[in-house]
Amino acid sequence: MNWSDAVIQFQYDLGAPQELSWLVEGITYFVGALILATASLTLALLLIWITRKVISRIQDRIGPNRLGPYGLFQTVADAMKLLSKEDIKPTSSDTVSYAIAPVLAVLGVLMSLAVIPFGAGLIGADLSVGVLYLVALGSIGIMAALMAGWGSNNKYALLAGFRVVAQLLSYEIPMVLAMLAPVLLVGTMSMQGLANAQSLYLGPINLGLGWFIFVLPGAFLIYMIAALAESEQTPFDLLEAESELIAGFHIEYSGMKFAMFFLAQFLNSFFLGAIAVSLFLGGWQGPFAGQVPLLGPIYFLAKTFFVYVVIQWIKGTFPRVRVDQMMQFAWKVLVPSVLTLLLAQMIIMKLPLPMWLNAIFVLVANIVVVVVVLNVLGNYFKREQVRSKRAFEPTSLIGTMQPVHPSSGD
Amino acid sequence: MPELPFPLPPLPTVSQVVFLMIAVLAVLGSLAVVLARNLFHSALGLVAAFFGAAGVYIVAEAEFIGVSQVLVYVGAISTLIAFAIMLTRGMMFGATSPRNRQSGTAAIITVLTFVVLMALTRGIPWPHAGEPIVDGQLIIAGLGHAFVNEYVVPFVLLAMLLLVALAGAIVVARDRK
Repeated sequence: MNWSDAVIQFQYDLGAPQELSWLVEGITYFVGALILATASLTLALLLIWITRKVISRIQDRIGPNRLGPYGLFQTVADAMKLLSKEDIKPTSSDTVSYAIAPVLAVLGVLMSLAVIPFGAGLIGADLSVGVLYLVALGSIGIMAALMAGWGSNNKYALLAGFRVVAQLLSYEIPMVLAMLAPVLLVGTMSMQGLANAQSLYLGPINLGLGWFIFVLPGAFLIYMIAALAESEQTPFDLLEAESELIAGFHIEYSGMKFAMFFLAQFLNSFFLGAIAVSLFLGGWQGPFAGQVPLLGPIYFLAKTFFVYVVIQWIKGTFPRVRVDQMMQFAWKVLVPSVLTLLLAQMIIMKLPLPMWLNAIFVLVANIVVVVVVLNVLGNYFKREQVRSKRAFEPTSLIGTMQPVHPSSGD
Repeated sequence: MPELPFPLPPLPTVSQVVFLMIAVLAVLGSLAVVLARNLFHSALGLVAAFFGAAGVYIVAEAEFIGVSQVLVYVGAISTLIAFAIMLTRGMMFGATSPRNRQSGTAAIITVLTFVVLMALTRGIPWPHAGEPIVDGQLIIAGLGHAFVNEYVVPFVLLAMLLLVALAGAIVVARDRK
């Protein structure tokens, strides 16, 4: 008995006539969507509170602690403030794009809830193309950024919009390719199928510990880095740089419309963590999740919150990269390494070997690729350090009056 | 489940209602493409029309092609069109109407094309409702097999074409020092 069976049983117990079964079905879907959307919008308040608390602790502060227990209601008060603020619309902005962009930004993020498996059978719609659906949703966020940047009729907003699109498109490629690794391993794109495949049977008991991170650590690492860039989190938040620069493509927004973009960003980093959990960290699988269905959602949410706290930890400790470094990292490091990983995995999986031996070879290939990439990067940065020191030494400049390498500007 | 005590009037099915809503979105989007005063609004209308087409695919249980439609047309092509519009025209300064004196001719040609297409599609023996639907997983697997077995040459040629376009774009856009 899993969650979907329980729902079907409940629908049957309602005793509605056969002719009205489509109505019961439709109402069930509607209520499910309503619960998911409302819960995640409320969740955003909690996420902002977690971010503030974690970052305060990292910076040796206490953080919000006045309103409610542990300052839990501080975000509620902030939301009330934003709601009551005047909604300023720039005079020469484009009405349609300016008004729709914040809605689209949140919509694109919320729609990913439909295919996230919270438990055995507890999924909005188990599409056969679930992973591809998640990838396609990213394009809605890109359109929202473009519309906001252009609709504000502000050249800084437009430039920032272009930069957002460039970043999102560049990091989409390594992210999608890294998501392909577990899909290749299982041979399905359904999110529930991927979660089911991450079980580990010890005799008849499902330990639920066959997580793909144990087989594909390299793909997981690349996915997490690309997901940080996709959700515009540190170290890739240079488009926004909320602490010192203007806010990027939503500079002209105020009040609740501004808050919508923030909401989309927080929810996006949470959902990208949820996708990481369902693809690599076992989804709802865990010890005894097969026997006690209630444990599934608990495991899933616990893992997702853990990933979210790690993202905030990174936010509190990492410096920000420059725009050229960001682009070079995506195209020169992430894309080649993930392509190598996939190629190695494809070749290994075609070998006529037992499943467990294949998995070990894939794991070895992952580790080799990660080690080689880290070595190459380390050597590069060592040379770069020497070079940049030499370039700024006064003695070396006196004779030549030019940097050691002509291309040292990038 | 118990029987109803009275017969229900003929109601539209859920998928018919959903189809109508999606069709309205697609038609309104397409109209916005040709009628909008502002070129960027036309591009946004195009995005709505693409979403409508994807919705029609999904109602027809072709999830893979629907999702691919969003991925390719909304994610890549619309973004490209929006970029091209923003970077080529003086879009920051007032509206740029794409219309000219040929609107009448274009309308006539559109109506004629529509009539011809309708006549053609009515003659096709479509598979009827109620036939078993192939599982989505099998469709994707079959597509993958077809790409690397029967259609491997066109597939590789397309990949080469894209690679050449990519390399060409880099060569054209490269900073010459």
